Amino acid sequence: MSDTSRRTVFKAMGATLGAGAFARAIAPIVEWTEDLSLDQLLQRHYKELGRDELQVVLRELERKTAEDYGTSVSIADPRPTPGVSFGYALNLTMCIGCRRCAEACHIENNHDRATDNSYIRVLEIDKGTVNLSRATADYDGPVPKADKYYMPVQCHQCDRPPCVNVCPVEATWKEADGIVVVDYDWCIGCRYCEAACPYHARRFNWTKPQIPAEEINPDQAYLSNRIRPQGVMEKCTFCLHRTRRGELPACLEACPTGSRVFGDLNDPASEIRWVLENKRVFVLKEDLGTLPRFFYFFDE
Amino acid sequence: MPLLPPRDLPLLSLLALLSACTGGFSDPSRELGEPVSGPATGRVEIHRPPTMGVLDTPLEDVHGAPIGVACDTCHGPDADGEVLARAQDNPEGMHQGLEHRHGDLACDACHDPDDRRFLRRADGSRLEMPRAMELCAQCHGPQHRDYQRGSHGGMTGAWDLRRGDRVRNHCLDCHDAHAPAWSQLDPVFPPMDRGTVQQRTADSGSH
Repeated sequence: MSDTSRRTVFKAMGATLGAGAFARAIAPIVEWTEDLSLDQLLQRHYKELGRDELQVVLRELERKTAEDYGTSVSIADPRPTPGVSFGYALNLTMCIGCRRCAEACHIENNHDRATDNSYIRVLEIDKGTVNLSRATADYDGPVPKADKYYMPVQCHQCDRPPCVNVCPVEATWKEADGIVVVDYDWCIGCRYCEAACPYHARRFNWTKPQIPAEEINPDQAYLSNRIRPQGVMEKCTFCLHRTRRGELPACLEACPTGSRVFGDLNDPASEIRWVLENKRVFVLKEDLGTLPRFFYFFDE
Repeated sequence: MPLLPPRDLPLLSLLALLSACTGGFSDPSRELGEPVSGPATGRVEIHRPPTMGVLDTPLEDVHGAPIGVACDTCHGPDADGEVLARAQDNPEGMHQGLEHRHGDLACDACHDPDDRRFLRRADGSRLEMPRAMELCAQCHGPQHRDYQRGSHGGMTGAWDLRRGDRVRNHCLDCHDAHAPAWSQLDPVFPPMDRGTVQQRTADSGSH
């Protein structure tokens, strides 16, 4: 008994605790085989990938999606079109709050089915106010109600994006055509960007998205609607897998009222430019100086 | 992972310094897509609504949709060129159940009284049914202007007509000519994201 000093006991306890903490700390590396291959772990940042490297990554992601979700998909990497600068406008006079845009986003962007996730949150607001603290997103029908108006909010693709500034690992940035994107494979899931966004436009993948094979949109892109891993941030990309090919975003096509106008801000003949030059236009929370590319407007 | 040998440390710190100076990863504009040039040759087609020139009857097809009757069926000319039916001949007939909530307009404000297969402009000139949009535009100028500018009515297809075609909705795709105002409808599911769920919890807690 006298051999075991108080010092020895504390040493043993300390060693045990230390070993336990070490095991816990390296657990992610030991357990990575479940969801993360070594190649993925060591994969470089999107912007540092050469063309050939990127192709390897894309093919691997396609293989993994087929393995995990039981359907074959095509993951491309469309780049910004030179000279194109995207803008989006939404007519608050016409929007009826039917949430068809949010549903189209849910389907197009391969969102988790259990949470009914979508990059669009339609706010129901008292007429005569812009009081967002009293707005609700989970209203029931029938819509539109006489004393309410409806404001769909999604990523504003700000030209001074607070979400990009706060990212500690540069996993999110602004592209040449104005779209703010996320490298899902570089994101560490700290959610600083979610906290920084004044429009509540970013979403976090709390779980691995669950989508039935037959419902998966196979037309995917690395920076947009490929199925996101668990534990990373995601956001609206103006459907860049469509819009960089010249197509309209899914939410616009789904809108039954024609409230949405999308196009190239650099093209003086575009529909979006006509709206900005001729309608009563405002941006949400202009005072924050975020310079959104998403505009709201009214009819006469 | 092997520990870095000490000789790499100066190089590593130099790299870290460099990346801090240049703002991290390389410029995103480094690699852009192919430039798009040339004229906007994409076709802009206006969808032709199936309801145009058709009157719904109380009868239903196997899918439960109302069976329509073309105007010609009653209002077209017979073999001798005589127009068969006029609305006043049968006021209790086909048009009896027609919901009519379009201002105070009478049938003849839009329909040609001499030949019901046609529409009639305010100046009295005759207009073919497929050109109904011109008739709407007589009264709904601002909407027609917005439509022409692409900010009313919705569309599918390409935003960039240099790279694709576009299909525009017709007035009658969204509006019933006889009751054009939108009625209320049920929204699709709300999102179940944490923001909403927390809001719900807070709401129920305060009540």
